[in-house]
Parts: sequence; structure tokens; C-alpha cells
Amino acid sequence: MSALAITAGFADPVIEAQAHFHSLMNALARPGTVHAFPAAVDAPAPLTPELAALALTLVDHEATLWLDATLAGSKPVLDYLRFHTGARIVADPAEAAFALVADAGAMPRLAEFGQGTDEYPDRSTTIVIAVAALATSGGLELTGPGIEARASLGVEPWPGDFVSQLAANRAQFPRGVDLVLVAAGQVAALPRTTHVSEV
Amino acid sequence: MSAVAAPQASGYNFAYLDEQTKRMIRRAILKGIAIPGYQVPFASREMPMPYGWGTGGVQVTAAIIGPADVLKVIDQGSDDTTNAVSIRKFFAKTAGVATTTETKDATIIQTRHRIPERQLTEKQTIVFQVPIPEPLRFLEPRETETRKLHALADYGLMHVKLYEDISRHGHIATTYDYPVEVADRYVMNPSPTPKFDNPKMHMSPALQLFGAGREKRIYAVPPFTKVRSLDFEDHPFEVQRFDKPCALCAATNVYLDEVVLDDRGGRMFVCSDSDYCEERRADGHRGELSGEAPHLVGGAA
Amino acid sequence: MYVAVKGGEEAIDNAHGLLAHERRGPISIPDLSPDQIETQLALAVDRVMAEGSLYDPALAALAIKQARGDLIEAIFLVRAFRTTLPRFGNGEPVETGAMAIERRISATFKDLPGGQVLGPTFDYTHRLIDFMLAAGVTPPLPAEVETEHEATPRVTDLLDGEGLIEQELRDDTVEVGDLTRAPLDFPADRDLRLQALARGDEGFLLALGYSTQRGYGRTHPFVGEIRFGEVMAEFVPEELGFAVPLGPVALTECQMVNQFHGSAELPPQFTRGYGLVFGQSERKAMSMSLVDRALRTREFGEDVTAPAQDEEFVLSHCDNVQATGFVEHLKLPHYVDFQAELGLVRQMRSEYAARQQELKEAAE
Repeated sequence: MSALAITAGFADPVIEAQAHFHSLMNALARPGTVHAFPAAVDAPAPLTPELAALALTLVDHEATLWLDATLAGSKPVLDYLRFHTGARIVADPAEAAFALVADAGAMPRLAEFGQGTDEYPDRSTTIVIAVAALATSGGLELTGPGIEARASLGVEPWPGDFVSQLAANRAQFPRGVDLVLVAAGQVAALPRTTHVSEV
Repeated sequence: MSAVAAPQASGYNFAYLDEQTKRMIRRAILKGIAIPGYQVPFASREMPMPYGWGTGGVQVTAAIIGPADVLKVIDQGSDDTTNAVSIRKFFAKTAGVATTTETKDATIIQTRHRIPERQLTEKQTIVFQVPIPEPLRFLEPRETETRKLHALADYGLMHVKLYEDISRHGHIATTYDYPVEVADRYVMNPSPTPKFDNPKMHMSPALQLFGAGREKRIYAVPPFTKVRSLDFEDHPFEVQRFDKPCALCAATNVYLDEVVLDDRGGRMFVCSDSDYCEERRADGHRGELSGEAPHLVGGAA
Repeated sequence: MYVAVKGGEEAIDNAHGLLAHERRGPISIPDLSPDQIETQLALAVDRVMAEGSLYDPALAALAIKQARGDLIEAIFLVRAFRTTLPRFGNGEPVETGAMAIERRISATFKDLPGGQVLGPTFDYTHRLIDFMLAAGVTPPLPAEVETEHEATPRVTDLLDGEGLIEQELRDDTVEVGDLTRAPLDFPADRDLRLQALARGDEGFLLALGYSTQRGYGRTHPFVGEIRFGEVMAEFVPEELGFAVPLGPVALTECQMVNQFHGSAELPPQFTRGYGLVFGQSERKAMSMSLVDRALRTREFGEDVTAPAQDEEFVLSHCDNVQATGFVEHLKLPHYVDFQAELGLVRQMRSEYAARQQELKEAAE
């Protein structure tokens, strides 16, 4: 593998990783808010710049990474992620600390990812999904920790049975997965604590 | 960028920690936020300051802080206690960030033993230094056992302990590090803040992060999250009350420090939150002893 | 008033200045060089390397100087430095069977291949203060004996040949844990326990090891062998694919041979306790091997009845950097908490007085 063939990651890794983490942390702490996620990286398609920026921010050889079929089928994507993160890429979504999903419509069910255990609910998968658009208003109503009364969120596309899958995910708290949603230059999140309903 | 020039000159990474360590801590913080009140194990590093002196809080702050942040550090409510000064200097040196003593100007507040009197905002994150994160530790010393109890949400031990206090003393004899239930699930140690500060945690607009370095745990309370101090119907939770207002700024409904003035029983009570007290005095509030306070207590204002 | 509400920063700066002054001591006395510490206080340097978990004699010597001879403080300095070092990978297991022996003794066999080598030891010195040392006397050159280069197999390997001692087989398929990179959880495997003990406080392990000898978790130990000398540290760079030497490392290894009566599944055989530390420290290596054996209760189906057998207790408290930090943090201001306690005690006392008064009035 030649490093020359690999496109660029963060220009200033220390400062950019902090900035992206800051947005992500606040997105997760305040479901229903959408934060800037500049993702100024030269990621090889179908890896979106935001998926790449998230991996660069949080993934390294101490964290396992699962890729959906769209991403896993691309050698440039695998080379890019291996080179920049050193991540251990796993085939079983249940073993992943992080999962990157480029095609939300074709992703496995949430229950197939790592759910953690009652004693170690933190040993679960954070699923990062690239979507076309995020908005602070839209078809989803959110309640739960991080939300003063209720919040709304618009996600396009929104897989058909996601609300019932998320309800099942919520029901097994403290076990469960957390979702991070990225669109062009934006990030939002749905931690396992959030109740999601369609309005 | 001038903010990072200084640390590079000092030979250490921005905010001291290497990037791999920051990623590891950041992953733990995200899990903490997603599972409010649950103690996430993390590979706490050996910091250049002693365990027990804020290494957990320092690691959390180092993992979240950026060049745009403004940092306030307090210990016992005050910005000028020696350990607060020491930690503030550490970040000024290694991260080159702006620091402040004014609660309203800070984006990150690292604290030991207090929550500021001024209500925190959605723009702020408060980082608590935690010595013993496990609320059940003094009832059950074994980690293997307490982990099971949390998994089962079995907090009977804690209720028995609190009830024994009542039968023996007529009161729940816990005055600080008073256990809370977070988001209707985990029982959590708020760190050794006086129970006076517990109500400030409930539905706080600010994100609350907790770091225990020696015990290698990180936990969190997201903003706008239910935080209930454990109590009983016949013995509801109550906070400390002080008979007098602050002797310097006349504030009431604040936590006061008792200052010994002489060896004949002379005492004065002043705000523990030094920034709050100074701000009130700058606004013209005067307590009964504001003209005659000893220099070291009265401060600049 | 040491916790001034104002002026903390100036007080800290002044304290640091005073500390530097006291460290140097009177200018009329020559400054102590790290070289002198490294070569003449070598056992202090060894302890700092062992518990600091970093093999660097010059750095450890400097840390001792900076710490004014406070070894736990020096260990702390080394640990904090170690944290900042980049990691390239894991070294190869060291081959202590190929050690350049400086000292090697066995308490279990009178003679054995490679022989007993007394080496530099305090063991048979009479503990009389040597006033000549104060005068700076240069000792005569030590005696040299012609020896044949004979192999010195480990005593445990000799016992192993007869099947008398439990086997320990190298298994490279299992990744070795590192408690400085991943949080320790319980139960902990032996690799992590040994790492914790190797970094653990010598005094704490000494006391625990001693307690097993007095019946608190007795293990019937014999010193199979203690050896001290240099071994070569090696590393396999991924791009080369073969081991390259990094340099010699001085180690003390203790193999404790312990009694065990066997079980339904196992014939009677001896069991092992293992100690390995940087530098020359037999006290630490022996204590470590006693505690290692005591902690192996799960493997042998033994009941945990004593502190030295209690994994959570031992591993949670053996680290002196953690221990000293938390004990010493009590000198930080706690006046907010104390105020909370003061308030409650005053309230309860006044309630008590009121109750006494009521009782008194009722009695009258």
C-alpha cells in the first residue's frame, strides 16, 4: 500500500479532532440539535467527508470498526481508513465499537450491532449513518435526557421501521446502541436514552 | 495560531495528552453521556500531578478543551485556592487557552467540591473532579459486587444505609457526596459537593462531566436530565440552611464558609463561591462585616 | 493561613523557589551529580526503575535528585514521564535462562548446573556501620575467579523435566494485557496481576508476602532460584520481521516453588510463584513471587481467606503512586465538606440537648 495513493486526512489533526469532537459531544448531549461538522478532508467516495472526519476523530487501533457493504466493498475506502486510523476492521457488526453506514436503507437491524451487557452497557456500538439532510424541525419528536421538554428533528432519508427499532433499543436500557447522523457539514445524534416518535 | 504556539514550544502536545489518549477519553465521555450516571471504565493515564488532586477532571478537561474555550477552575468554590491555581496554570501553559475567574465568561468550568451559585447555561460544560465515583463503595468495597448491583439496579443497600441513619440520628447523616438517582436509573455520586448543590444538578442547562483518575471512571449527566437526591416520603431531602446571610455581600440562599476570626469563638460566614461574592459586592451589595473583613478573606473587591 | 483566598499563585511560586533552594542545600557542599546517584545509589535507582515501570537508569537517577531522595516521588516523576512516551510495540519475551549471571542462588538444591553464585549481596554482611565509608576509602579490587562458561538452566526447568512442577507454556496467540493502556477489570488474568505486582510498592508487597508466611494464605514456599544479571531486550520491527537487540537490561528473577497436593484432575506437583523486577531487588522479586502464588486461588480451587489472596484488594492498593496521591490529597482544602459536617453535628447536638431537657423536665 502506497501512502501516496491515500488522500488527505485532517490538515491540523489536534485542532480539527477537538472541533469535531466538540460538535459531536454536544449533539449527543442535546438530541434534536444539529451542529457544524466541517469535515474538510479528502475522503474517497463512497466514504463521505463527514464519515471520514468522525472516524479520524474517534477511531484508532484500540477501537473496532465495522463498515456497511457499500463502504467495505471499496478498496480506496479501506485503505484510507486503515492508513489514517489504524482501526481493526471487523466483519461482525456485534463486535464493532463504531459502525460506519453509507447506505442507511441497507443497514442491518440495530439489534445486530453490539448492545453491551447489563454490567458493561458501554461495550456497545456507536452507529454513524450518513444521511442526505438534517434539520432541527421535521418529522421526528424527541424526548429524554438532554432535551428540556421536547425537540424535533428532521432526517432524510429515514428508514421505514426505525422508530420501532429505536423503541426496542430504548426498552433495553442501559443496553443499546447510540446513533450519530451526519449530513453535509452537519452532525446530530440519538443516544439510546432518547424516545423517538413520528409526528 | 498563537493558542498552540506555546505548548509546542514547551515540548508537550496541546492540552498535554497525546491524541490517542484523547480519543480514548472522548470515546468514554460519549458513552457516559449516552448512559447517564453509569461509570464508564477508562484507561486513565498517569498525569504530572498526584492522583487525588484532580487527575480525572484534568484528563476530561484536556480531552474536551479547544483553542476557543475559556476555562475557569475552582476548588471549594474559589478560583484562588492553591490547587485550582495549579490546575489553571497547567492548562494555560499546555493549551494556551484563555482563563477566567468569572463564571459567566467560562465555557468549561473544572471544579472540586462545589457548583457555582450562578445558574450555568447551555453554552457551558462543568467538569467535576471525583475521588470515589462508586456510590456503593463504602457499603460494598468490591467492584465485582457493586457492578452487579448497578446492573440489576439494586440499590437496596443504599436505602438501608440512609434509613439506618434516620433511626440512629434522626437524620440522613450524609451532608456531602449525597447520592442521586439520574434519569430514573443509575444511582450516582455527585462528587464531594455539599448536598446544598444537589438541586443545581437537576435539569441543569449545562453538560456535567465527571472524571475519577485514580479509580479510572468517567461519567456524565446530560443537560436537562432528572437528578433526584435519594430520600424517603417521611424524610424528604433537604439542603443546608444558614442562619445568616454572607457577611461580605449579604447573599442569602448560598453556601457559606465559616471563617474563624479569633480563639474566643469569633466567626464570620462568607460565600464559598468567591466569584459570586465579588460580583455582588461590585454591584453594591454590602454585608454586615464588609468593611472590616480580614484582607485575605475580603479579597480585592 | 495556607489556603489564602487570594494570593494562591504567588504562594505556589514562592514554595517552588524554596523547594529548589532546599534541594540544593548549602552551596559549600558539592552538588550531587546524577552519575553519582546512578552508580553509587544503584539500588535506589533500581527501585525507581522497577516501580516507575521504565528502564532508564540515568532518568531514574535524575528523578531521585529532583525528588530529594524521596523514592516514591521519584517513581511518580518517572511514571509521569513514561506516559508521554510513544509506543512502538511489544518487546520479545526476555530469555532469563540466557542471563549473564551476576548472582544466582537456589535454596532447594545444594548444587546444580551453573553453580551457586553469591555475587554482590548484603546477605552475610554484619550490619555494623562502616565508619570508614565516611572517610571515602576506595575498596580493594574484588577477587576474580576463573570460571568455565557453563549453562545455568533455571531450577524450575530442572523440576519440569521430571514433571514435578506445573508446566508453564509460552502461548503467543494470547495478547498480553497492559493495565496502563486499558482499565483493569476483575477478575484479572495473571499477566495483568504480574504487571501490577511488578509496578507495585515494595513495602506493600513485602508485608503481604510476609503475611502469607505467617499463615494468612500460606503457600509453603521454597526459593527455587533467585538470579540477577543482564539479559538482552529484543524487538521485532514489523518491516524487518526478525528480532533486533535493543540493549541489555538488568533483572532480578525469583522462582518460588510452592507445595500443592494435586486434585482429582491433577497429580501432586509443585506450583509456582513468579517475580521479575528491573535491577537488583531480591526483596521485591521474592515478595512478588509470594503474592503471585497467593493470588492464584482460582486456578487451584483455593478459598480466599487472607488479604494476600484477595485480588481486588491487592491490585487496587499495591500502586504507591495511586496510594500516596489519595492519602496525601487529604491535605487539600476540604472546608466545604467540613462545613457541611459541622452544620449537621451542631444541629444534632442541639436536638440531643433538647431531648435531654425534655426528659429532665418530665422526670421532675
